[in-house]
Amino acid sequence: MFRSVLEGPTAQADMTVLVNGAETPAWDGETVAGVLLRVPGAGRTSAVTGEPRLPYCQMGVCFDCLAIVDGVASTQGCLVPVKPGMRIESQQGAREIGR
Amino acid sequence: MIHDVVVIGAGPAGMSAAVQLRKLGASVLVVDEQPAPGGQIWRGIERNASGPIAVALGPDYQKGRALTAAFRASGAEYSPSTQVWQIEDEWTLFLTSEGKARRVRARAVLLSNGAQERPVPFPGWTLPGVMTVGAAQILLKSGGMLPQGNVWIAGAGPLPLLYATQVLGLKGQISGFLDTSRGLNLAALAKLPAAWRDLPSLAKGLKWQRELRRNGRMIRGVSDLRAEGNGRLQQLEWTAGGVRRKAKADVLLVHEGVVPRIHETLALGCDHDWNPAQKYFAARSNRWGETSRPGLFVAGDASGIGGWTAATVSGEIAALGLAGHLGIKVDTEALRRENQLDGRRSRALALRPFLDALYTPPTTSIADDVVVCRCEEVTAGTIRKVARTSTSDPNAIKAATRCGMGPCQGRQCGYTVQAILAEVHNLPVGDVSFFNIRPPLKPITLGEIASLGELEDAE
Repeated sequence: MFRSVLEGPTAQADMTVLVNGAETPAWDGETVAGVLLRVPGAGRTSAVTGEPRLPYCQMGVCFDCLAIVDGVASTQGCLVPVKPGMRIESQQGAREIGR
Repeated sequence: MIHDVVVIGAGPAGMSAAVQLRKLGASVLVVDEQPAPGGQIWRGIERNASGPIAVALGPDYQKGRALTAAFRASGAEYSPSTQVWQIEDEWTLFLTSEGKARRVRARAVLLSNGAQERPVPFPGWTLPGVMTVGAAQILLKSGGMLPQGNVWIAGAGPLPLLYATQVLGLKGQISGFLDTSRGLNLAALAKLPAAWRDLPSLAKGLKWQRELRRNGRMIRGVSDLRAEGNGRLQQLEWTAGGVRRKAKADVLLVHEGVVPRIHETLALGCDHDWNPAQKYFAARSNRWGETSRPGLFVAGDASGIGGWTAATVSGEIAALGLAGHLGIKVDTEALRRENQLDGRRSRALALRPFLDALYTPPTTSIADDVVVCRCEEVTAGTIRKVARTSTSDPNAIKAATRCGMGPCQGRQCGYTVQAILAEVHNLPVGDVSFFNIRPPLKPITLGEIASLGELEDAE
């Protein structure tokens, strides 16, 4: 759905992150929400009806970019820059107690 | 330790206020949600120094570099990636960063936390693939992301035109621009003479429009937008010139203007005014930016939409007002005159009445099957049904439906609930209030609350 201008046949990614366990290239300056939009099926499901959602606002006000980042659920993906080796998991429905 | 001023938001207004306050000798802590300074307008400014993205973002974006550098050099304490979740009297602020909570104290507070895009629900707006134009532009600024496939823009205002120009500049694709504005109307024309005071901005807007028209991508007079798809956006429908049309779509970017962030000032019980032209509430402030609560100031778009140039000037004005409040021995009136703050601000706002009249917020009634509250998934129909038997108070809707109780705390549904209540009770929209805003301002975990004191004890 989105692709980085920096991404090219010869361009090296700045780092690798894990999206639902799969190694995924990522770039400096990118946020977790950006990764969710690049990787098919990485978004969350809504808390009430379980319908698929992807980041909507990118500025911290919609909460549709919630993801489990390094084990912490309901992390606002648009506010978190990617880091090498970061573990990003799709959040299914509401946050579970204890994570 | 007590800070003289805690500034919330490191965009144009907050950075310029912090720089000015430091010059006047005040101690300043700047708290911001983002990992780097610049706000939304200059997001990623320290990274995007050169290369194709920097060029495409244009000269106005690059203008943020000087202020950001001045802010970094100002000696203001800066706490990025930090959320403010509670503000208490005289003044204690509760913050979280990196999963840890702490509390800081201040003699005065400046809210320069900007704006958000106005949420306008329509059928299919929760589908993956639908997002705001501002969101797409932020993606361009942070990571150089361009939308792929059949990309459509729908809405009105300067931002979609600017963004479309930026995407085309990077050889990105736009299948079409669905213009939902009413076109040049009498009300807008009446404001045009004053707008000439800001000729460069006016010329920019016309250039953006011309480029899109030349590319044959502009579709005017669009209404009744609908996004459809199975699990993601696949198709669009709209009406233009009395004809219903359809198109394949992978990405739909929407924008119907911006509104100030008001959760903080609402929670603190500040007086607010209704802006009837642009249909938003903003905290009432005096000529120094001070709200009805002494010691609590607002600047920039958070005090009413004015754009980044006006925001930088209002930040400087608020800094002088804060200096006065703190009892710093300086002639604030003289500085206000010497720096020509009033003249600079009025020039920066010259185009605004024209834009406000040209790009009026949509007034279309929202269909019953449309989701209004994205978090709790409450439809317009449910809200309408409850509204018919309740008072015209949004809190009654909230209690009955959970609308506004999700993690966004009414940031997406507040104005829509207000509009539906006004419609059902046959009231002017501005006579219906916003939700009561209660703590915490942003969701926090019990674990984060339990961590309160750990950092303070360490100090």
